[in-house]
Amino acid sequence: MNPPYLNSGLPQPLPAPDGLDAAFWQGLTDEKILLQSCCDCNKWQWGPEWICHHCHSEALTFTEVAPEGIIYSYERVWHPVHPALKDQGPYLIVLVEIPIADHVRLVGNLLGDPHQDVIIGSQVQAVFEHHETEQHPFTLLQWQTIN
Amino acid sequence: MKERTLRGKVAVAGVGETAYYKRGQAPDAEFKLALKSIKAACADAGISPKELDGFASFSNDRSDPSRLAAALGCSELRFSNMQWGGGGGGGAAAVGNAAAAIATGTADCVVVFRALAQGQFGRFGQGSQSNVVSGSFAHTIPYGLMSPAQMFAMKVVRFMHDHGVEQNALRSISLAAYHHAQHNPRAVMYGRPLDEDTYDNSRWIVEPFHLYDCCLENDGAAAMVLVSAERAEEFPHKPCYLLGAVGGSHYRAGASVHNTPEYASSTFPSLAPHLYDMAEVTAGDVDVLQCYENFTGGVLMSMVEHGFCEPDECNEFFVKERFLAPGGDLPLNTSGGNLAECYMHGLGLIIESIRQIRGDSTSQVANSEVSMTISGPMVTPVSSCIFGGETTL
Ligand SMILES: [Zn+2]
Repeated sequence: MNPPYLNSGLPQPLPAPDGLDAAFWQGLTDEKILLQSCCDCNKWQWGPEWICHHCHSEALTFTEVAPEGIIYSYERVWHPVHPALKDQGPYLIVLVEIPIADHVRLVGNLLGDPHQDVIIGSQVQAVFEHHETEQHPFTLLQWQTIN
Repeated sequence: MKERTLRGKVAVAGVGETAYYKRGQAPDAEFKLALKSIKAACADAGISPKELDGFASFSNDRSDPSRLAAALGCSELRFSNMQWGGGGGGGAAAVGNAAAAIATGTADCVVVFRALAQGQFGRFGQGSQSNVVSGSFAHTIPYGLMSPAQMFAMKVVRFMHDHGVEQNALRSISLAAYHHAQHNPRAVMYGRPLDEDTYDNSRWIVEPFHLYDCCLENDGAAAMVLVSAERAEEFPHKPCYLLGAVGGSHYRAGASVHNTPEYASSTFPSLAPHLYDMAEVTAGDVDVLQCYENFTGGVLMSMVEHGFCEPDECNEFFVKERFLAPGGDLPLNTSGGNLAECYMHGLGLIIESIRQIRGDSTSQVANSEVSMTISGPMVTPVSSCIFGGETTL
């Protein structure tokens, strides 16, 4: 298994205490991307919410999408704002849209050379980055370009 | 005249601020800074702080109106109001809220204020120092996306990509702010000019923001006193009237984890037309503009969304000379703004907008009669407002 993209010591994600995004985090652990969709009108939304923004139904579910998307935007971070990243050097954050899920977007890191040219509109594939040895194990959703 | 409007109903009695300090260096507690700025605004208006009967603020200001009214010995309290939303988005909306209270007879003499002592209460530009995170931040912070600059840069990257905007457009905004700060002794960057080479050679914070594209972090406080327009002539300064103020954002701007449908935006597209409608002016009528710059990229999108320039014409429009007072055709951030005067969550920009109408800016624009402030492009709801001189009524 590859080492995590970012140095360790950043805040770790916990499912929300109200349960709103629990299925998403469990999905990542199982190497699946589960996003929220409406049982009544079939619209997608992200981040998760308690009702459908389109038809106001409370009948929402988490539905698996293929582990691929398109780069909608990105940024190359140089200045570390967290002590854990002091020696990280530049790193890439991407905003990835999922066209088949009404183009909802997910935030992750773009794996590989942090100096690489990033092309908005290019296809990326999901990489599930497991952090199994932590007190509360979790999985991050990372991305890599498809050659 | 429309019945449901703020246009011409409220005037500015006085403005004031404390000295502006570098972050963490204020000698006073935050609450004392608030009191000092309110005293200064009342002194500028020539009234006693005991006449204040309303308080309006934004960005979760910690200085509670009941305590302020007690500390100032206000004879009564009739209006206490907080505009929801963090950062600078609520500055002009707080003015609008105060004005609405006055226009409807809810209160007579309302102060709009903002006080900040980051040394006392912790710093904005830092990431979370907690070791776990949940809710929407769990979907961003573990990927190293945590500071305001990082939250905003991805929108600006997309905007610049969509419209072919070059780095020099951002640079022009920064150079204009530093230029104006050299004339403003209150400015934290007074005596510290910026030139093209220094900007170009400065380090990246997060692309496309160089160091000089990012706002200061300061301690201090600022305040302005608003009254009914009938009283505008009672005060020492040239009358300055509110022509309009709006606060809000476009469709689903608050969708979490970067899911705003119209993403590359300062979230003004639906709001700005309401401002012009209320103020009964157009972008072409604006003599001088203060536009909130936590980061220069926000100015690009905010100005486009207020109709100053087409999105595909930014490279031609955003040139330094246009933005310099007094000769430029749209002087911008004439006090130095958040980049070079002080970062008071943009309330300083609104005060500067008022000074341009009164004629006492340190970079005064000749015959300035329509003066606009755009508050905060990042944290929703956002807001903007327009002040006018007597000839605009
Ligand atoms: Zn639905």
